[in-house]
Amino acid sequence: MTEHIAIVGGGTGGAVLANNLAEELDAEIDAGDVSVTLFNDGPDHVYKPVWLYVAFGKREPADGRRPLRDLVDDRVDIRDAYVADVDPVDKRLSLADGEAVDYDRLVVATGSQLDPDQVPGLVAGGHHFYGEDGAQALRDELLAMDGGHVVLSVIGTPHMCPAAPLEFVFMLDDWLRERGRREDFELTYTYPIMRVHGNEQIAEWADPRLAERDIATETMFNAEAVDPEAETITSMEGTELDYDLLVAIPPHTGSDLIESAGLGEGGWVDVDQHTLAATGFDDIYAIGDAAQTGVPKAGSAAHYQANVVAQRLASEVRGQPATAVYDGKTLCFIETGMDAATFVEFDYEHPPAPSEPTQAMHWSKLAYNESYWLTARGLL
Amino acid sequence: MTTNQTTAEADTTVDARNATCPGPLMDLISEIRAVDTGTVVALLSDAEKSTTEVQEWADESGNEVTDIVDEGDHYRIQVRKL
Repeated sequence: MTEHIAIVGGGTGGAVLANNLAEELDAEIDAGDVSVTLFNDGPDHVYKPVWLYVAFGKREPADGRRPLRDLVDDRVDIRDAYVADVDPVDKRLSLADGEAVDYDRLVVATGSQLDPDQVPGLVAGGHHFYGEDGAQALRDELLAMDGGHVVLSVIGTPHMCPAAPLEFVFMLDDWLRERGRREDFELTYTYPIMRVHGNEQIAEWADPRLAERDIATETMFNAEAVDPEAETITSMEGTELDYDLLVAIPPHTGSDLIESAGLGEGGWVDVDQHTLAATGFDDIYAIGDAAQTGVPKAGSAAHYQANVVAQRLASEVRGQPATAVYDGKTLCFIETGMDAATFVEFDYEHPPAPSEPTQAMHWSKLAYNESYWLTARGLL
Repeated sequence: MTTNQTTAEADTTVDARNATCPGPLMDLISEIRAVDTGTVVALLSDAEKSTTEVQEWADESGNEVTDIVDEGDHYRIQVRKL
């Protein structure tokens, strides 16, 4: 009998996992003992970090999109299908077209989606760089502005890539200075808690740098509503800001199927932080944004988690104890302008320690963005 | 106001133990945003700083901290959305 491993979601976690499984279980797959299917809602794999650069005209959305089939090992069956539901008891997926697919082991890698409707007025009044269309619209808006007040408001928590909002304001400041336009603009960065980033070490690093760059900060600011006509954003804490351009990090949600399957709340799978196994289900794992681990919703975390789950699944298929565990490892490059960046690495036990930004680190980030496709292939 | 036992049941719980980034308070705010007024949300955090940060945020945002309980290896901080 062939053991069927189903992966739902073809983002970084799903693609890396599929390739790692093809490598780890090559003999079993070739012998017909194991099959691996990767389900993705669409034919393409999307590398989301490109969008930050789209907003500044440095990249195009197509630079972050490639066919999954070109990236994933031929031994993995790729299905361009939306998985509408999971029955974790009968081990069955329901596809949007009504087809039912049985699985023996399941990995949920459904990622995050934007949900801007949670905040009244945000869709009409705000821009963002968390999607292809949004990043292009923001680029056009920035190019059309002669000056004014740009407010970057972190609204959604948790959100993808927790460093990206800081990167955006640092890059915008530098982008305007390079063009001799900085004095025509006022920049404000808002954050939901009492410091400028959720992580204390990153907040301590960023705070003086924001001040040096004359980027105003408004902490304890949780956006409650946006008035697109008056061009104001108000917070749950009672603060109101006027803006000429609002760049918001919208609220995020996970996949509906996670809650309906009883795997967790809010679209995030309740998992063991080390084994990544779904609570209460021996045959289900979750990785990447979908997994409620406490680490950032970042591609690097999804990548490392995929490595761990591939090893665990390979052990389980062979009837061996699974020993691989995830230690919370996350890597982030943080752009501090158009040609400088820093880098942080941290895990469950060790907090990040941002270093002095350098041009070399900026080029390292750009180089990684180019070589990312090797990561998706499971090679880097 | 830290005590050793919870005085009221929470309606929902946010488990942010071992949360590295963006951190327990951010997880709590996300939940508070999603629930109805009157709901009591429990935050589980192993960071002692959460006890003061949650109180500070609740004071600023007009919500109420109803309990801060030391449960040994973590804190249970309960907040009522007002």
